[in-house]
Amino acid sequence: MKGVSYIRRPNRPLHVYALLYLAFLYIPVLFLPLFSFNDSLYISFPLRGFTTKWYASMINNEPMLAALLNSVKVGATTAVLATILGIFGAKAVTRYRLPGRKPVVFVIMLPLVIPGIILGVALLILMSRMGVTLSLYTVTLGHILISVPFAMATMIPRFEGFDKSMEEASADLGENAIWTFWRVTLPIMFPGVLASLLLCFTISFDEFIMAFFLAGTDPTLPIFIYSQLRFPQKLPGVLALGACILVISFLVVFFSQWLRHRGTAGTARVGI
Amino acid sequence: MNDSTAVTDPIPAPQKNWLGKIRALFLRSETLRGYTLLSPTLIIMAFSMCVPFAIMVLMSFWTQVGFEFDSTLTIANYAQAAERPVYEALLLRSLAISATCTVLTVLLAYPMAYYVAFHVHHHKLVWIILMTLPFWTSYLLRVFTWKIILGFNGVINSGLIGLGLIDQPLEFLLYSPSAVVITLTHAWAAFAILPIYVSLEKIDRSLLEAATDLGDGPVARFLRVTLPLSLPGVIAASLIIFIPTVGDYVTPALVGGPDGIMLANMIQAQFGKVNNWPMGAALAVGMMGIVAAISVIYIWLTRKLTERIE
Repeated sequence: MKGVSYIRRPNRPLHVYALLYLAFLYIPVLFLPLFSFNDSLYISFPLRGFTTKWYASMINNEPMLAALLNSVKVGATTAVLATILGIFGAKAVTRYRLPGRKPVVFVIMLPLVIPGIILGVALLILMSRMGVTLSLYTVTLGHILISVPFAMATMIPRFEGFDKSMEEASADLGENAIWTFWRVTLPIMFPGVLASLLLCFTISFDEFIMAFFLAGTDPTLPIFIYSQLRFPQKLPGVLALGACILVISFLVVFFSQWLRHRGTAGTARVGI
Repeated sequence: MNDSTAVTDPIPAPQKNWLGKIRALFLRSETLRGYTLLSPTLIIMAFSMCVPFAIMVLMSFWTQVGFEFDSTLTIANYAQAAERPVYEALLLRSLAISATCTVLTVLLAYPMAYYVAFHVHHHKLVWIILMTLPFWTSYLLRVFTWKIILGFNGVINSGLIGLGLIDQPLEFLLYSPSAVVITLTHAWAAFAILPIYVSLEKIDRSLLEAATDLGDGPVARFLRVTLPLSLPGVIAASLIIFIPTVGDYVTPALVGGPDGIMLANMIQAQFGKVNNWPMGAALAVGMMGIVAAISVIYIWLTRKLTERIE
């Protein structure tokens, strides 16, 4: 049966609504790039003229570049460690019959439903009681905590989706567990791993709430941006920086989501 | 035995030394192997949540003396939090703002999720990615965007003045609870769609055809089949938005103004300029307890409700 059934009949008002909704999602964000090219210190209409000076001023902004480098370091470390933990966790819960699987997965997914301020405050208290100086390492720890659930959620459908018999065949042909993982499991898992790396990096790169509590004297980029918001004359620079971040993270996330969904059968299995 | 995991060695014959026995046990027990594989993730996650929480709860019973803590256990912080009207007012405002934002987000997201689940047949993946993409971009920048839009000389005010529709900037736009609601609704919109979409997508289409064959019109069919079956997604979406928004302090700090300050701003202040960590810990523990209680009651109520429908 191919024809359009009465349930699938096109629904014009709903279609219009969907387009309006996408506009609501995207148009506010577009004001950042728009005003970043505006030749005025004040962010208001009418537009004064086209300029790229706010972008040019970014290049010589030492504190900003330092914050950017910090964020990249934290993000990369978070991405690698959270993805490794995610692979272990996802393989264990999909490949083995674990008694108590549900509570275990619940514990690992818990950071998703705990307000960031609570996690941040709790970790801050722990660090200060243990006498650990706040630094980029403490930020990284906090970011790993919130990234692992996403890494697991990305990886679990991958493990569920691929044929176990491939691993068995490899084992039957005489490979040991490590080589089987390296030569069979990992290549099949690769798109999922890459997607998880990119997502965890993005999460860490954009995260502000926990970093605010856990960062020492070295700011990450969101903390740097937040500190600039108090000075009206610095706002155009923030706009330019924000526009760059938006464009790059849109591209990275689009690519990682495409990787993640391509290959997992059916769209119904979209994770978080 | 349907033990078909990637184990290369055959199960060894009973060995005399204890190492061999452990190895045999390890290879024979799937649970043991599974948990060994899971242990790094589980231990790190459990450790870095449970230990800080335990210390936070402990600290909430201490008191701040100058720059030191007095670690005699007392419920003074909780008593103070319960007595002072400011905490109650902030809590109620936080709950009201989050609840409004949750209802708005879910109401706005439902038709969108419905559209993609039932009316998009080509390039579904692109639609899903488009809907969820903003969620992955910087939260701080999305909040900042609304500051630009709603500001005194912001996009809306300067735009309306430029068009000659108003003479004076509308002052109520920024620094008000409604600004917080608008900003949060926009910031969390993408997060509400996915759970609802997944539960709609799972609905067996033949149920809908059956409803139609048995004489239900589109409205009756939606109310009696689609809506009840998608309730789990709606419930998940509302919790996913309600819980984190109660604890948000960035949005109220940037667009809320004095009238839009929420409880989380108070918690943050205790760890910053007020410098009363035990009080901050008590407020955080209290907020978490109240949010958890509301969530449990909500889940229980909605479960009762769905049982009634079924």
